[in-house]
Amino acid sequence: MTAVRCVDICKTYAQGDVDIKALDHLSIEVAKGEFVCLMSPSGGGKTTLLNAIGGLDIPDSGEVWVADKRVDQMSKGELADLRLANIGFVFQAYNLIPVLTARENVEFVMQVQGVPAAERRQKSTAILEEVGLQGLENRRPAEMSGGQQQRVAVARAIVSRPALVLADEPTANLDSHTSDDLMELFTELNEHHNTTFIIATHDQRVMGYAKRLVRMLDGRIVEDIPQNAS
Amino acid sequence: MRIAPVLGRLAWRYLWRNHRRTIIMLSAISIGAWAMMFMTALTRGMVDQMISDGISVIPGHVQIHHPGYLDDPSIANRLPYTDAELARRFDGAGFVAWASRVRVPAVITSERESRGVTLLGIDPAAERAFSFVDYDAVDGRFLESVDDSGIVIGAKLAGTLETEVGKRVVLMTQDPENEIADRGFRVVGLFHANIESYEDSFVFVGKRTAQDLLHIGDTTTEAVFVGDDYRNVEPVYDIVSAAVDDTVRVSRWTEIDTYLGTMLKTMDGFMLIWVVVIFLALSFGLVNTLVMAVFERVREIGLMLALGMKPAMILGQILIESMLLLGIGLLIGDVLAYATVKPLESGIDISIVAQGMEMFGASSMLYPALYLKDVILANVVVLILGFFASLSPAWRASRYEPVEAITKVG
Repeated sequence: MTAVRCVDICKTYAQGDVDIKALDHLSIEVAKGEFVCLMSPSGGGKTTLLNAIGGLDIPDSGEVWVADKRVDQMSKGELADLRLANIGFVFQAYNLIPVLTARENVEFVMQVQGVPAAERRQKSTAILEEVGLQGLENRRPAEMSGGQQQRVAVARAIVSRPALVLADEPTANLDSHTSDDLMELFTELNEHHNTTFIIATHDQRVMGYAKRLVRMLDGRIVEDIPQNAS
Repeated sequence: MRIAPVLGRLAWRYLWRNHRRTIIMLSAISIGAWAMMFMTALTRGMVDQMISDGISVIPGHVQIHHPGYLDDPSIANRLPYTDAELARRFDGAGFVAWASRVRVPAVITSERESRGVTLLGIDPAAERAFSFVDYDAVDGRFLESVDDSGIVIGAKLAGTLETEVGKRVVLMTQDPENEIADRGFRVVGLFHANIESYEDSFVFVGKRTAQDLLHIGDTTTEAVFVGDDYRNVEPVYDIVSAAVDDTVRVSRWTEIDTYLGTMLKTMDGFMLIWVVVIFLALSFGLVNTLVMAVFERVREIGLMLALGMKPAMILGQILIESMLLLGIGLLIGDVLAYATVKPLESGIDISIVAQGMEMFGASSMLYPALYLKDVILANVVVLILGFFASLSPAWRASRYEPVEAITKVG
């Protein structure tokens, strides 16, 4: 069953007088329950591809399908509903809402989804413990380290058990020990809940957890290999 | 509606994220709201005083006259009813007070000076409840009955005529046959009025005395009816209209004293304009605050959109923020207005500008009046206009593209 399907998508950004092809006739299909790592040098198109899959950015051409829905033709409201119900995001930076505490950040998506307060509380407590942030529930982002903030963001992305998690450099601000813990958590979610992960990373350690490595260059896929074959 | 608590929490937290800016804006809104209501209370108090003085001097709330009297207020145009007929029609009709009067132009002469005045032949007992003259504060005494042979004049007129209590004056007017009707009166009292010009314009004699002077039997020129509220005279008007026939004209006070009537209507419009003008000054600060608040959290708005918030929710969040800011500011302004107007309700002495105020028919004491309806008007107008002023920054915030907003550089 296909979780994500991109067909011949192109995206060009204008940088001054120069047009930069962030995605260049890229096609990819990710099956439900896959654990995919996107690798590329900076500017290779990883983030643009994640944004296109998440409906944050609409490609100039081509088709993007998520959960059998045509993302690139959806309205803003439909995209919001899709993201809310199906996708967990972990961004590279600016991940948290600064006026909310760690717990409130984690509960934010559930609150928008309309999850009852008691259930939110129970789930947020469990996930914050799982990412090693017990005792820090009432701290605001400014009172936490970069790594702690990133773990809160990860907790928020996975707390409502989305079918698809899109993570852009999720371990960028984490020490190796915390990175390993996080990836173990991702792996567990992937294996036990069949959550699909698409992770853009430079981190070799993260790549070690992936079941499929997709190497990109200049907006194209240049290598797509299952990890057990690498 | 399930999203309302989270939008409210976000709005509240963002409001206090930059607490200095919020406090400054709250201060501006509070002071603006206070200024709106304080000025409204002063103006309302002044107008109330002018109207209530004006009504008590001349019109009452409703009057009846001969149809030609208002155009030609001579004794020939007097009411077709006798005092007995008036009493039969109106006694026990449910008015706060009513009285019939003789009111004609006259000339008063002392041994030194003459002045044109309005002669009021009254029943002092019937008019005590609503007269502009405080009977107990008269120098000498006020009239005691309809047959009283004395005359009560204003203290200022007494100065002009160079007369005083105990001296005699001559009152001269015309009877229905256009013959001179004159008579000597002993000054029995000097009255004082809030508005000095009244002391110069009116003289009081007993109603029966005036009727005898004018040879009009027991008829009068007008009957005056007073209800509960000068702003709502329709109940009184209806009772009076039902009790008379078409040989008399029934008039509301606003028709008799068009200046006062127009002033009341104008004042309501003025209040609204005043509130809107103050709001316009405030709106620049409000919109600027919201624009800045949105601008400094573009990335966070992008993040919320990326996490699944709909544009309408972002719009709602900014509007809630604006309404919270206005609501708190208005509340503080309301409390300030109440706290400053309440101690002044016993009156502000503005006698230093009394003569200037008299030009507008206002007295030398100002009694601020903060009405609930004015407070509600100011609050509702500010909230409604504030809502619309906030739409622009809120709309802009909701239109951000998530990816552009998230990657926006500070």
